[in-house]
Amino acid sequence: MAKPAPARTPDRHGRFGPYGGRYVPETLIPALDELESGFAKAWRDKGFTGEFRRLLADFVGRPSPLTFAAKLSKETGRKVYLKREDLNHTGAHKINNALGQVLLAKRLGKKRIIAETGAGQHGVATATACALIGLKCRIYMGTEDMRRQAPNVFRMRLLGSEVVGVDSGTHTLKDAVNEALRDWVANVTDTHYCLGTAYGPHPFPLICRTFQAVIGQEARKQILKAEGRLPDALLACVGGGSNAIGLFHAFMKDATVRMFGVEAGGRGAQLGDHAARFDGGRPGVFQGAATWILQDDAGQIQGTHSVSAGLDYAAVGPEHAFLRDLGRAEYLRCSDTEALKAMHRLAETEGIIPALESSHALGRLDTVCERLKKGGIVIVNVSGRGDKDVAEVARIEGVAL
Amino acid sequence: MKSEVRGPGSEVGPNRIAARLQANANAGRKSFVAYLSAGDPHLDATVELACAFDAAGVDVLELGVPFSDPMADGVAIQASYERALKAGATPRGVIEAVRRIRARCELPLLLFTYLNPVLAYGVEAFARDAAAAGADGVLLLDLPPEQDPAMLATLQAQGLATVCLAAPTTTAERRRFLARNSRGFLYYICRLGVTGERAELPPDLAKRVRELKKAADIPVCIGFGISSPEQAAQAAAAGDGAVVGSHLVKLVEQHGASPDLVAVVAARAKAMADAVHSVG
Repeated sequence: MAKPAPARTPDRHGRFGPYGGRYVPETLIPALDELESGFAKAWRDKGFTGEFRRLLADFVGRPSPLTFAAKLSKETGRKVYLKREDLNHTGAHKINNALGQVLLAKRLGKKRIIAETGAGQHGVATATACALIGLKCRIYMGTEDMRRQAPNVFRMRLLGSEVVGVDSGTHTLKDAVNEALRDWVANVTDTHYCLGTAYGPHPFPLICRTFQAVIGQEARKQILKAEGRLPDALLACVGGGSNAIGLFHAFMKDATVRMFGVEAGGRGAQLGDHAARFDGGRPGVFQGAATWILQDDAGQIQGTHSVSAGLDYAAVGPEHAFLRDLGRAEYLRCSDTEALKAMHRLAETEGIIPALESSHALGRLDTVCERLKKGGIVIVNVSGRGDKDVAEVARIEGVAL
Repeated sequence: MKSEVRGPGSEVGPNRIAARLQANANAGRKSFVAYLSAGDPHLDATVELACAFDAAGVDVLELGVPFSDPMADGVAIQASYERALKAGATPRGVIEAVRRIRARCELPLLLFTYLNPVLAYGVEAFARDAAAAGADGVLLLDLPPEQDPAMLATLQAQGLATVCLAAPTTTAERRRFLARNSRGFLYYICRLGVTGERAELPPDLAKRVRELKKAADIPVCIGFGISSPEQAAQAAAAGDGAVVGSHLVKLVEQHGASPDLVAVVAARAKAMADAVHSVG
């Protein structure tokens, strides 16, 4: 069933098959060229990779554990392992990419970092990396997301970053990305745009994947040590898709390992009620990349809905679109209600409160387990912890705090 | 009648944009390019404004085809797109407005938009319908030419001038590449940043445009941030023409509901055009 991916993606034009590329205003082309060559040089430089690895160990706390979930395993009749990105400093996988990019920006001589954020996790991670490394930082965030993720807004400010609310469009992640791109176009000579997911114009999907690949590299070693064999399946949520590609990448050539990505099914199947790009979208070009996009007949990008701000995005990372075409990865959807149920389940059975984003992956655990033989092994990426979501979940469930 | 613009950018076919800019250049005259977001406040107004612009001496009208996520545009044009979309503007509607404008005047029309609405329409169908309605060119803000040479060829095959952009960050090698791919004129984004009015022109404008003109044997028009007749004249003097967008779009916003909309905005366009044409 699973086929190996081609040896090298993206190609030299930044393409994953027909997806990806570099669809940006002309002003940004030289900056993307500079970033591409600067990144390639840095990644060959042991000084750079050594510093990155040291920070992942000493500052982030890597490797993150691979936890055997005993009760879930019993319930499902499969061996369920949890990759604990929730235990990273700042509470999610986002720090891997943010640290890498801020280190890279410093090496390229940039004075200032900008970033977009949806759930606030990438914003917090970028603000953290900037505080550590000593660069000025401004975060763009949709005003609707600022409401949903108020504690993260305060965290970013505590870390010395400026948080700018974005009130255009749908007041969510896509609008924050537009605003960050506008800032970058205006300040491109001294500013690095620390894009938070495996999305955007080349080389961002490649850079983000490279920095996040540590998730799968660790998980592969950990499962081989624990079980003496590779897993049968990987399971991760997909907004832009960085935690998923981070987990998948090290297993790409392991043809027996099936990969499952879970998109936000929101509150229904209508356009505007979900963020399931592969279900309700079609190919197009948006915010720098060719990929699957939620859009209307006239090509206008549509609003999305998800209980989880981090999955609430109209487009999916281009590599995921390609992996889906190849049949190398499979994509499912999980509704708001199912995700909330999965959050409770993991909290009650394993003592871990997952982020609402990660809860979407967990919400399809039973579906994936049913597709595996009894005793099969699945690794679920718990991409972040749920502390940031506690107030919002209480509000949804009508609990006064 | 117009036919294809063929061959490298140096050749000027009977495309209206190329013909107008070349005729102006031959006469030692600078060109004035105006921008409006089509459908703001509604497409009927766009048709009237376009015809009034023709009478006011505008050389080329860029018609923005509204897009939900205009990442290269500042607040004025973003807001105008939102108004136009709310009023129901679609690419199909804009092409129909082009047909109505073309029935009344010969003003060269350049469709200015982002890639996704064109992809959704279908590139071939868009090229064919836009050309049949009487559009003369297409400028896609998020399509660097190397990303999709076939798309540019499809547009050019219908006689549409594919206007490319160059920026202050553009390298010397890339300037030549962009000039080779551009038809009608080469659009110089004279400053870093998105569209929108600014108080001053960049101090090194003339030098930068000289560099660009060395690479380009088609006219160079200068835009982004030009907000007064004086600035328009100054920018045009540095190259072959000036583009004014946000400034006019804001006037449309202020007078959108007024019966004087067309008169007010056309008067401002005329002041800009006169200033540009007076450059000797």
